[in-house]
Amino acid sequence: MTLSLEESNRAIITVLGRDHTGIIAWVSGRLAEYHVNILDISQTIVDEFFTMIMVVDLKPSLIGLADLARTLEQEGTDKGLQVKAQHEDIFTFMHRI
Amino acid sequence: MTITFAREEIQQTIKMIHEENLDIRTITMGISLLDCGSDNIAGIEKKIYEKITKNAERLVKVGEQISVRYGIPIINKRVSVTPIAVAAARANTEEMVRIAKVLDRAAREVGVNFIGGFSALVQKGFTAGDLALINAIPQALSETEFVCASVNIGTTKAGINMDAVLKMGHVILKCAQLTADKDGIAAAKLVVFCNAPEDNPFMAGAFHGVGEPECVINVGVSGPGVVAKVVKEFPQADFSELSNLIKQTAFKITRMGELIGRAASKALNVPFGIVDLSLAPTPAIGDSVAEILENMGLERCGTHGTTAALALLNDAVKKGGAMASSHVGGLSGAFIPVSEDAGMIKAVEVGALTLDKLEAMTCVCSVGLDMIALPGDVSAETIAAIIADEAAIGMINKKTTAARLIPAIGKKAGDRVEYGGLLGGAPVMEIHPFSSKMFVNRGGRIPAPITSLTN
Repeated sequence: MTLSLEESNRAIITVLGRDHTGIIAWVSGRLAEYHVNILDISQTIVDEFFTMIMVVDLKPSLIGLADLARTLEQEGTDKGLQVKAQHEDIFTFMHRI
Repeated sequence: MTITFAREEIQQTIKMIHEENLDIRTITMGISLLDCGSDNIAGIEKKIYEKITKNAERLVKVGEQISVRYGIPIINKRVSVTPIAVAAARANTEEMVRIAKVLDRAAREVGVNFIGGFSALVQKGFTAGDLALINAIPQALSETEFVCASVNIGTTKAGINMDAVLKMGHVILKCAQLTADKDGIAAAKLVVFCNAPEDNPFMAGAFHGVGEPECVINVGVSGPGVVAKVVKEFPQADFSELSNLIKQTAFKITRMGELIGRAASKALNVPFGIVDLSLAPTPAIGDSVAEILENMGLERCGTHGTTAALALLNDAVKKGGAMASSHVGGLSGAFIPVSEDAGMIKAVEVGALTLDKLEAMTCVCSVGLDMIALPGDVSAETIAAIIADEAAIGMINKKTTAARLIPAIGKKAGDRVEYGGLLGGAPVMEIHPFSSKMFVNRGGRIPAPITSLTN
């Protein structure tokens, strides 16, 4: 991995909260509307607690990362979910050399 | 394009930010005012205002955008400028106050919450501009909101200017008296340094040194909560393991600073200066340096063993952080401000932490006696003597030390003062009742130590 900030368009979306039906449908539906491409999904449930990590590509997207992050966070809160969309660099920079 | 994210890493990052108060404490833009000279004060005022507002116009907005993009809070956006005693060397005291007000207006205009650099460097003596600035400090700080002042009174190379030390004793007292109704807030915006760094992004001591470029971005990270958590998780770790755990954590914290610094530098098209590795506490629960020391196995911060614990912490933070950043600078160490750290406040309240112990702790960590409330009847000479002790530690140990002392007018040891916001509140600390008056009135300079002769 190079240390320069290359123009990556990938972001990590994390969703945490009590499990209920339609969480993935909601997130993926919203992403499709904005033309955000899903590259990878991993999801588990521990003690009814829903955790999803999604890698997405914003290159074809109609919306910027900052706006996407705000929208998902707000709508997530209404559904009792903690939703974050963050640029991938924050994770790679922290843990990898 | 490969996808190589580990679930644990993503979860750890999110936990550090949301549960353990990891944040970027400050993005500070350093701006040179060396080209703002003019033959009249109105001209200087105009040039300074235009230079700051032009350079820092997008600072706050870019900071907010980066914060959302990476999902990490950036608490403060700030500006530091060339020491005003240098940039406006011909100004008199009255004009220095006017310049402070211009800095305040510029800070308000660009939306930063502090502007540093109402400063003078007088380790070897005063210029006319230095004297004008120092004399202007009490009025300047009590009549402005965002301006921070600092005065460097000693270095390892030059020794300690004891005339300046005594003068600062009087200036600090005056600052507190002029803002007595606000618990002496003006004194909380004034730092007296020995070996002041020229690229420090943290307030109140930030200024843009004369060896710095035209404009630069410096970043200060935070993260005492993250370190406290990891120390707590491993109660059985011996000191080598403990040091390694802190190093690994400091590495991760500093990487965030490096990332945000590079992003801000790129977005603003301004060179990236340094990351300051300091563990900077806040009054928030779980964001305390004292808590780290207590998690190491001390019943209360300030008891026997505290200096050793802090020495280990400070060294491990530097070792971990140094590899994470291309340029480390500023103060880079653990801060131990009393009023900004809930654990320190508690330790003072229960009698575990005294001024003398804090002084000992400053031998092994960055900065010095920071945000210490003193009884209101303290004399200027006693304040000067406290500064002299702190400066001596810095001078002999070739490190930065500072004193940010706040006489609490009308209050005595044990009473509480409240500054609000990031500055917090604190109990007034006990000081020695014996006089240092004759000592600090001798005048002149304490010569530089033999260890300064390194050439």
